[in-house]
Amino acid sequence: MRDPAPAAVRLDAPAAQRLDDRRRPHSRLSRTPNTMAEKSTVSAHTAQSAGAFELKTSSFTLPVIRLFDADLEALALRLGAKVEKAPDFFRHTPVVIDLSELVKRQLTIALAPLIGLLRSYGMIPVGVRGGTREHAAAAEALELAVLRDAPTRRNAVASSTPAEPKTSAAPPKPIGPLTIADHPPTQQSDSAFMLITKPVRSGQRIYAAGGDLSIVAQVSSGAELMADGNIHVYGTLRGRALAGMSGNLEARIFCHDLQAELISIAGNYRVSEGIPSELRRVPVQVFLDHNILRIEKL
Amino acid sequence: MARIIVITSGKGGVGKTTTAAALSMGLAQRGKRTVVIDFDVGLRNLDLIMGCERRVVYDFINVINNESTLNQALIRDKRCDSLYILPASQTRDKDALHKDGVERVLTELADNYDFIVCDSPAGIEHGAYMAMYFADDAIVVTNPEVSSVRDSDRMLGILSSRSKRAETGQEPVREYLLLTRYDPLRVANGAMLSVDDVQDILSLRLLGVIPESKAVLSASNAGIPVILDRESDAGQAYGDMVARYLGDDVPHRFLHPEKKGLFSRIFKG
Repeated sequence: MRDPAPAAVRLDAPAAQRLDDRRRPHSRLSRTPNTMAEKSTVSAHTAQSAGAFELKTSSFTLPVIRLFDADLEALALRLGAKVEKAPDFFRHTPVVIDLSELVKRQLTIALAPLIGLLRSYGMIPVGVRGGTREHAAAAEALELAVLRDAPTRRNAVASSTPAEPKTSAAPPKPIGPLTIADHPPTQQSDSAFMLITKPVRSGQRIYAAGGDLSIVAQVSSGAELMADGNIHVYGTLRGRALAGMSGNLEARIFCHDLQAELISIAGNYRVSEGIPSELRRVPVQVFLDHNILRIEKL
Repeated sequence: MARIIVITSGKGGVGKTTTAAALSMGLAQRGKRTVVIDFDVGLRNLDLIMGCERRVVYDFINVINNESTLNQALIRDKRCDSLYILPASQTRDKDALHKDGVERVLTELADNYDFIVCDSPAGIEHGAYMAMYFADDAIVVTNPEVSSVRDSDRMLGILSSRSKRAETGQEPVREYLLLTRYDPLRVANGAMLSVDDVQDILSLRLLGVIPESKAVLSASNAGIPVILDRESDAGQAYGDMVARYLGDDVPHRFLHPEKKGLFSRIFKG
């Protein structure tokens, strides 16, 4: 067997991608890939046919095929070897094609044969991301979704459009309607790190886009902290804290005195009632352990 | 240049107008040229508490709309020469307040007075927003109960993000806490939040603790700011508050239930 081009393809198995992104341009909720939580009910209550269906957004973890080479033959060989090892894994598996590396290397690829190749291995290509405008047009012609770029580029996108409401990074379902506050004094960071030295009062929202949020003051009940990274509170935390907003399962919440109304990491949340009393009013860290939210004394 | 003080709370019925009346009277009695403005358009109350309801001709909204001059609308207090009252309109609503008009009136007043006390309406809507927007200092009036504390906290958030000082990046509004309707007996029983409980949540500079007192209601009904009732505990507590606001170091009183001594038991009992 001929040795294929070195690393012609790489499978990012657990990288997630949202399927429904571009299809619903009005959805403000679907900007964050990776979150496991169901986001919110969009219009179930308003439609007359309320009983007929329910429109919801939810996220899925999909394999992403990142292409490093436009050579289809090499790709076919390499992929064939992968599929041979674990045929069940690929059978009827929706996959996303990531073209960003190809664009960087100024290579171009014909999508139609690539799709055919993937289908021949039993995969169901559902969308592309990171391609050029031509790629996007080709994908649309093939009835594939054009998905957002990887989260690493979110920052740039976010900071260039500050007027856009930050509700995009929506917290999990039960608090959805409440967080879209009348005129939230949301603060946004330009850098990946954000430091707040004044008390965060009831009704205030702070979102550290793309990074960590540190607070060296108290956080009142009714206040809301959000960060794509970790959240540190060196004071009493009485409000809500949502870390890993863009789906970072490694994000943690550290706090000096936990009296929070709600804590959440990457959409896995727990309300005040669910926090054992021995973990309240003590320094703790909150993290995900196999998708289960854990609170541990520090 | 006058210092603008807003008396605010979020929640209604906690004692904002009583406090505005007491503070403005207290400042004026110390010789400070003071004007107190009622921002509660449509629910005019300050004139009643100040006892000048029979002398209202023009009001704040007339001045904003250039229907009268400021001097025509200002009512001089009969008890204290350096105190003026600018009443609210009872026939209009809060929408009659607009930022430019309020700013113009405040700027005009600022040249002639030392302190402008703004009595905010309850809520966090337009009227309350107008009252706090130009403030230099804020006195947040809070009752020792959880809903009042939370509303105050919300108000503090608005002050720190939506006031003119916050929006223009100046030194932030100085925030003070005033606890009113404090009942030391009920606090001792555990039926009411203590000063420490409230401070734990709000962590603000404590300007004063006004005890629950019958004197407040009777003073309001009589149209006399309670601070003039030097016999009453509430009047004295307001006096202390004014002194503290002006920088005096006055210890807090009325925080603990009165211990009845042997003599008082014998002679009063």
